[in-house]
Amino acid sequence: MSRLIVNRRRFLLGSAAAGSGLILSGCDQFDFLAQRGNPVRETMEQANVLTYSAQRALIGDQVLAREYEASEIRQGMKPNGSTEPTTAEYTSLRLAGFEPYRLRIKGMVEREVSFSLAELRNMPERTQITRHDCVEGWSCIAKWTGTPLGPVLDQAGLKPSARFCVYHCYDNIQRTISGDILYYTSSDLVDAYHPQTILSYGLNDQVLPVSNGAPLRLRIERTLGYKQPKYLHTIELVDDLSAFGRGKGGYWEDNGYDWYGGI
Amino acid sequence: MSHEVPESLPAAKGPLVYRQSVWTRVTHWVWAICLFFLLLSGLQIFNAHPALYIGQESGFEYDNAVLRIGSVNTPDGPRGRTILFGRQFDTTGVLGVSGPETSPAFTAFPGMVTIPSFRDLATGRVVHFFFGWLFVGALFVWFVASFINGHLRRDILPQGSDVSGLPGDVVDHARFRFRRGRSYSPLQKLSYFIVFFVLFPLIVLTGLTMSPGMDAAWPWLLDLFGGRQTARSVHFMIMVLLVLFFIVHLIMVLLAGPLNGLRSMITGWYRAGPDMDVREGDRP
Repeated sequence: MSRLIVNRRRFLLGSAAAGSGLILSGCDQFDFLAQRGNPVRETMEQANVLTYSAQRALIGDQVLAREYEASEIRQGMKPNGSTEPTTAEYTSLRLAGFEPYRLRIKGMVEREVSFSLAELRNMPERTQITRHDCVEGWSCIAKWTGTPLGPVLDQAGLKPSARFCVYHCYDNIQRTISGDILYYTSSDLVDAYHPQTILSYGLNDQVLPVSNGAPLRLRIERTLGYKQPKYLHTIELVDDLSAFGRGKGGYWEDNGYDWYGGI
Repeated sequence: MSHEVPESLPAAKGPLVYRQSVWTRVTHWVWAICLFFLLLSGLQIFNAHPALYIGQESGFEYDNAVLRIGSVNTPDGPRGRTILFGRQFDTTGVLGVSGPETSPAFTAFPGMVTIPSFRDLATGRVVHFFFGWLFVGALFVWFVASFINGHLRRDILPQGSDVSGLPGDVVDHARFRFRRGRSYSPLQKLSYFIVFFVLFPLIVLTGLTMSPGMDAAWPWLLDLFGGRQTARSVHFMIMVLLVLFFIVHLIMVLLAGPLNGLRSMITGWYRAGPDMDVREGDRP
C-alpha cells in the first residue's frame, strides 16, 4: 500500500515537472492568440469594451487629466512614430512653411469648413502641461498650446447622427509595396469635446516642430500616445468606423491596439 | 499485549475536515490561471520598453532608471546587459540576448516566457487586460464570500494567538514539521494575509495608475505611488514577489503532502493530523 502511494506521488510529481517543463519549453502554444479574428482573441478583446464602458461610467466627461508645474518639464518631448513624413503633399507644405495648410472638417456636419493656421491661432488658446503616456510604457511631460477642438467642431455644426471623429493625417506611417499607409485614428465625441482636447500648434513655448507633428497635432490627454495624431489635416464626422482602413478606427487599432486608448 | 502497537502500522489518521469552501476553491484556481497569463503577457508588455523608472516620467535626457535590460555589441558578439540600480550584470542567454547563437533574439525577456512568443505588444495587452478583469472579478467575489462565510476572520486575519504562535511555527517550518489543522498555521495566515491585503491590492492599483483614463478619474493614484513610472516599477516589483510566493507556495504544498493539499483545493476536504479532535460534520 505504502509503495503504491509513493508511486502515485512520484507519478504526480513527475507529471507536474513534465507539465511545467512543457510550459517553459515555449509559450508558442498561445501564439494563436495573435491571430486577428481568432474567436478566442475576439472574446478576450471584449475586455477592452468593458474597460471603455467602465471608464466612461466612472470618469466625468469634463474631468481633467493631471496638469504639471513648469518645473516638471525636465526634457524635450520625445518624438516617436513618424518623425519625418515623406509624402509629396506634406513635403510641399513643409517647403512652403505650412502657409497653404488648412484644417478641414467634413462628413456629418451642417457645413464643411476649413481653417488656416493663422485662423486657428486667433481662436481662444489653451496651454496645458501634461504627461504623454506611450503604449510601450514610457512617459514624457511637455507643455502643449493650441485651441480647444470642441468650439471648432461647433463652427461646422454636428449633425445628430454624428458619433465619431476620424482624424486623418499626412504622414505615411508605413510604406508598403502597394503604397503608403497614412496614419489615422478616431475618438468618440466625449473625447473630442473634452476641455483638454486641443488642436496643438505649440510645444514647450515653441512652434510645434516637424518631429512632433507640425503644423497641427491633436491632444486627447486622457488617452495613450497613439490617440494624439500628428500631421493632422482633416476631421471627418461619421456614425460608423468600418469604412476606414481595416475598420478598427485607426492605424494602430487596425494593428491590434484597443480603440479607446484610455488604458 | 494489547497496548503494544506494531511499529510497521501507519500512524492513526485524523478526521477529514471540510476546510475550503467552494468560493475559496474556485477563486484559487481562477487566480492560478490568471497569474500565469498575466505574468507571461506582462513580460511581453515590459519587452516593449524594458526599463523601469522612479517618478512621473521616463528620463531620456536625464537618468531616473532603476532597471534597464538591453544588449551591447562586444568583440565576442552581442551580450545581454542588465543594469539594476546602476550596477551592470551580464545576462546573456536569459535577459537582453537569448536563443541560439546563430540567430539570437534581442528581447529583454526571452520568447519562452512571453505570450505570444514573438514580439507583439498588441496581443500582450489584449491577453493582459482580459485576465486583469478576470483576476479583479475573482478578487471581488472572494472578498465578499470570505467576509460572509467567515473565511477571512477564521483563516486569513491573524489573531492574537497567531502572533504568539508565530516563532514556534517558524521553527516548525524550518524543521519541515507541518501541523495539519482545521485552519492555517500562523505563518500561512501571515503570508496569505500579505498576498490578499498587500500584494493583490497593490498590483491592481499600480496597474490602474498606468491608465491615463484612471489617472484622470482617481488622481490620488499618482500621489499614492509618486507618479506613473514609479507605479510601473512597483507593479513589476510586486510581480517578482508574487512569483516568489508562488514558488514557496508550491514547495510547501509538496513538503506538507501534495495529495492532501490538492484534494482540499479540489473537493474542500482536508485530512487533519491524528491529534485533531473530531467534530460534528467531519468524516472519518
